[in-house]
Amino acid sequence: MKDPLLEFSDKGIYCPKADVYLDPWRPVDKAIISHAHADHSRWGHKKYIAHEHSVPIMQHRLGDIEVAAKKWGESFSINGVRFSLHPAGHIVGSSQIKASYKGETWVFSGDYKLHHDHYTTPFEPQKCDVFITECTFGIPAFRWPDQEQVMEQIRNWWQQNAANGVTSVLFGYSLGKAQRLSYHLNDAIAPLLLHPVIYAHNEVVHSVKPLPMHQKLDQGVDPKAHRGALIIAPPNTQDAQWLKKWEPYKTAAASGWMATRGARRRRGYDTGFVLSDHGDFNELNTAVRASEAESVICTHGYTEIYSKYLNSKGIRATTADTPFEEEPNES
Amino acid sequence: MKNFAHLIEVLDQTTKTNEKVDALAQYFRLASDKDKVWVIALLSGRRPPRAVNTSLLRQWASESAGIENWLFEETYHIVGDLAETIALLVSSNNPKTAEEMPALHEILESLIPLKNAEEDQKKIFVCTYWSKFDYLSCFAFNKFFTGGFRLGVSQRLMTKALEKYTQIEADEIALKLMGNWDPQKVSFESLILAENKEAHEAKPYPFYLAYALEDDFSALGDVSLWAIEHKWDGIRAQLVFRNNSVYLWSRGEELINAQFPELLSLGQVLQTSCVLDGELLAFQDKKPLPFSALQKRLGRKKSSEKLRAEIPVVFMAYDLLEYQAEDLRAQPYSKRRQQLERFSFGGPLQLSERITPAHWSQVEEEKGRSKEKGSEGLMLKKLDAPYRVGRKKGEWFKSKLDPMTVDAVLTYAMRGHGRRSNLYTDFTFGLWHTSTEKEAELVTFAKAYSGLTDKEFVEVNQWIKKNTIARFGPVRQVNAELVFEIAFEGVSKSSRHKSGYATRFPRILRWRKDKTIEEANHLHDLEALLQ
Ligand SMILES: [Zn+2]
Repeated sequence: MKDPLLEFSDKGIYCPKADVYLDPWRPVDKAIISHAHADHSRWGHKKYIAHEHSVPIMQHRLGDIEVAAKKWGESFSINGVRFSLHPAGHIVGSSQIKASYKGETWVFSGDYKLHHDHYTTPFEPQKCDVFITECTFGIPAFRWPDQEQVMEQIRNWWQQNAANGVTSVLFGYSLGKAQRLSYHLNDAIAPLLLHPVIYAHNEVVHSVKPLPMHQKLDQGVDPKAHRGALIIAPPNTQDAQWLKKWEPYKTAAASGWMATRGARRRRGYDTGFVLSDHGDFNELNTAVRASEAESVICTHGYTEIYSKYLNSKGIRATTADTPFEEEPNES
Repeated sequence: MKNFAHLIEVLDQTTKTNEKVDALAQYFRLASDKDKVWVIALLSGRRPPRAVNTSLLRQWASESAGIENWLFEETYHIVGDLAETIALLVSSNNPKTAEEMPALHEILESLIPLKNAEEDQKKIFVCTYWSKFDYLSCFAFNKFFTGGFRLGVSQRLMTKALEKYTQIEADEIALKLMGNWDPQKVSFESLILAENKEAHEAKPYPFYLAYALEDDFSALGDVSLWAIEHKWDGIRAQLVFRNNSVYLWSRGEELINAQFPELLSLGQVLQTSCVLDGELLAFQDKKPLPFSALQKRLGRKKSSEKLRAEIPVVFMAYDLLEYQAEDLRAQPYSKRRQQLERFSFGGPLQLSERITPAHWSQVEEEKGRSKEKGSEGLMLKKLDAPYRVGRKKGEWFKSKLDPMTVDAVLTYAMRGHGRRSNLYTDFTFGLWHTSTEKEAELVTFAKAYSGLTDKEFVEVNQWIKKNTIARFGPVRQVNAELVFEIAFEGVSKSSRHKSGYATRFPRILRWRKDKTIEEANHLHDLEALLQ
């Protein structure tokens, strides 16, 4: 049996032929990065390779790093292994990483979604022999509602709060979800304010892909002059001091996890909106089918269940453990 | 159905009682009279007979969703709630308007004849509705079969909401809802709005609650100024006997007559109209049974004769609030108690015994006997205190036994079944055990859930994912590394647990980051706690 083109090591997904890691979780010499989320794009590698849209974001988050920018579909070769990046539709710059050697092709999906959010470059399926897929939402209970329907729910919620003189605080991950919300919402109902962390991310993302710019929630912004405002904030600021100033307020989160009552309650938001930057169960199935892969490796999320499901459908599937965090807030 | 589904959503999203009351009151304002009566019926435990069992529901839902049974079961395990799982899998993914869906009372009334229908008819009925509903309505509909959708709405909370809506006092409404009535036949007008004389008669008094005693007994001054008795481990209750009828009220001010029919004949013993304050206790051979026995009785809306024989209950009286229509609450405890003792006690009516110690050290000794008496500790009441309302400091104290604790090692974690899908919420703990021929090993002794802060909870979850040794379905075996202090109320021998012991109310007291697993307790430490 020949050696696999990609293998799972304690540092990350490794290509021994090219001596390069994909989304490694420990410091390595050379890393190809699928996207700029913290669990995939970590600090401490000597050299980074990533999509050109990811580069400014990675620099914003990781500081001074040595990074080579690639375009989608641009092929580059390391020790005879050909690599290329292809849109994954997850967040700006998010890519699937394709590796080919002697007629054999592997694709690592990174994080992805198939439904269009009208902002992020849509997922492009890649044919391959082995498809390494995430399966964050790999059980059939996850079926995403139509995006426009969710945006309408958000607007209705905001409208109602504004009518009651209540501030709306909507939590969404600062990279990905925040831009998606910024793109689809405007200040037609009342002022729309961005938490400074999100504002900073939007500025960086705006430099690679234009976004409508909204007002920054500075220290000086007076709640009295912004009655009924919607504030988009990162989830880890849920218990922060600044919120006090905006009382009375209602909170909500936009995430795929909000599909279940258990998660909604556990995280203590008043309301949850089902809006995910990952694919639902059907999207995963569509991606797996479109890859035409002979075998599938499930990496993070409901790996055991999803691989068992694929096997029951006649698709050879195994699981591999990765420490990509099941970070609920970025989903 | 849309309004009802919305109500369920709002109730589900808040834990605040006043918000729940508001949501229900708002529902009553909007709903038709027929729907209102049905909601009252549902929330007071009068749902239509279960027309379809859950195994059929699961089978049909798997078919409707086009998935195999094992995948349905896995999904169910993660989501944690059957009604929700089905709604997530089969409901329409598009929002539905109120007009597109049938009214609540129509659905519920069509469920009544369904019970006797053929299985394939039932299947058509259920699957057709599924496709008509959006997620929330589908969820609410499924709850008609699976039950348990009261979502933290007690009868008391509902009567409060009705009070808000109708301006009729909640206690009076609770009385009106007693007994048998048929939501198909009764109108909102006759059920709630019409005058009801009996309802006035049955009203209890607000309960007076004790504070936990934090100081030593001696801080309370002269022991002879205090009435001391055991703190019984049952449920606090008032027994109201007026105009020849007995009404039992729990501390949540819910009427619990239906669960304890054998106590309703106590009027014959009491003979004089009165209101007693006391404890409902499972009681056998002159000794209280564990609280878990009483829970079995409480859990049943109607108790069977068999259950009554198996778990007899008594009313353990300790105070007298009203006698011959006179309110005694302003009188000192000593006088109320004197009057109370004149009743004849025995059988299902017991008198909580008073301890008359000469010195606080004897009180301490008596507290030490709590376990053998089957109590939780002691109650101390000032002899000259009136019966007040709510929790007031200074005159009524409870002194509970300390919980027992051991330091134990986390061995297994299970994915949350219920509210915490995709998180590890159920933890299993082990203690050291050395058998003669073997080296020391960790033996499972308890499962515990609560007690961690949110931050610790997240930390432990991340740790579990990185320290898994083996997986068994939803359960992960983890490296023996983390030590937690586990508290519990009691230990008994048990063949159900590998360790040979069962603990009562085990819970995580704190994460002992300062301890290594070698410092965790041994099984024989647990044995020593056995009384
Ligand atoms: Zn990501």
